[in-house]
Amino acid sequence: MAVDQPTAAGTATTGDQVARQVVLPFKKSVEIAFKSIRARFFRSMITTLSLVLAVSFLSFVNVSTDMANGLLTTGDPVVRENLTAAGYDIGPRDASVGSSPKQRWIVILSLLVCVVGIVNAQLMAVTERFREIGTMKCLGALDRFILRLFVLEAGMQGVAGASIGAAAGGLFAVLNAWIAFGSVALRVLPAGAVTASILSATGVGIALSLLGVLYPAAVAARMQPVEAMRVEQ
Amino acid sequence: MTQIRNIVRVSKVTKTFKLGKVLVEALKGIDLEIAAGNYISIMGPSGSGKSTLFNMIGGLDKPSAGKVFIDEVDIAQLDAYELAWLRCRKIGYIFQTFNIIPVMTALENVTLPMTFAGMNSDEAITKGIGLLQLVGLGDRFEHKPSELSGGQQQRVAIARALANDPAIILADEPTGNLDLTTGEEIISLLKQMSQDRGVTVISATHDFKMLNVSDQVVWIRDGLIDKIEDREELSISVGRIGSR
Repeated sequence: MAVDQPTAAGTATTGDQVARQVVLPFKKSVEIAFKSIRARFFRSMITTLSLVLAVSFLSFVNVSTDMANGLLTTGDPVVRENLTAAGYDIGPRDASVGSSPKQRWIVILSLLVCVVGIVNAQLMAVTERFREIGTMKCLGALDRFILRLFVLEAGMQGVAGASIGAAAGGLFAVLNAWIAFGSVALRVLPAGAVTASILSATGVGIALSLLGVLYPAAVAARMQPVEAMRVEQ
Repeated sequence: MTQIRNIVRVSKVTKTFKLGKVLVEALKGIDLEIAAGNYISIMGPSGSGKSTLFNMIGGLDKPSAGKVFIDEVDIAQLDAYELAWLRCRKIGYIFQTFNIIPVMTALENVTLPMTFAGMNSDEAITKGIGLLQLVGLGDRFEHKPSELSGGQQQRVAIARALANDPAIILADEPTGNLDLTTGEEIISLLKQMSQDRGVTVISATHDFKMLNVSDQVVWIRDGLIDKIEDREELSISVGRIGSR
């Protein structure tokens, strides 16, 4: 009787119909990750919500600055006065405004809080799914399959949450400028700068979501398959 | 006469756990050979080392000393990749708590191990439906685990365990969470699979219903093998249990 010894290289020996391999095609991983989010929609939504809020705040601050810069290009002294009244720090000769250090601090803090929130939520998700992960490992899943599934899920949540947040924050900033400064704000709207701000906020959001899942995903991937056997409750 | 092939060979296995500062010896030197195609029950009280031995045979745990061979391969020599391969292809697991992946349908659960084994999706679906029909769930493959009863979930688990035509099925208290009748159905299904497909079924159990179908019963007590009974001797002891 021939001894079936798996080869690490995943090559097929002669006469073998199926190659000696353990695989999870990328398309299948995406499908599983997507179904997993859909099946736990409410929980995913809460995880994503903190990201939506933080990213919309970032987007709001940046787009507001863009709007103020747009308004400054009019050169209208009344607009300039209104801007100063609205709290923008403009010197008499300044042609542009930047965000204040205080603002930047608040944004950074909100993003930090958001990452911590994501790590917390994802760790809970991993704990909740210990049995599921263990079962997958018993069925032959490698560590990296599990890692990939969690990163993909976080990526999807990141893309959804960050784009919703960035768009909402940007829209709110434009509306805010419109209400505060009148229709002139829309006439001089710096479309390029606003789009760039929204896109960069989306990018930051996706990066934060991925950053937040790294540790929980590593915990999940390192889990031993024997956990699936455990009977609790 | 064909030579009896040992699918599992356990040789002088000991296992020590560290519980806080105390060393606990769960297995104190076990020698066991399991012939291919048999239906084996591992019996013993809780804390006897039954689960530890069982996990060792399943490649889920490594011995502190001694060797475990599955299909003549020493599992201690395997790396993570090869162990995953072994779990995927050689062993089918059945759990007390069914462990059907909750976000997937019955069919997706059954086809997942085939996906891991590199089978293409159409082939996997055809085979998956075939297996679900075999366990009597031919019409429920689109159901989620939450829409299935315990017995039906365990049937899905059996179909999933058979997905890659494994040599061994490891069943950990497969009837532990099922009522009497459903448990009997699952036991006879396992027995039938073992006979029809030549799969070695190894189950750790408390359930005396299991004795009727076992080719061999391994009794574990205090980390040692108490006795190994073959089918013929069993009918007597079953009678005794029955009359007790």
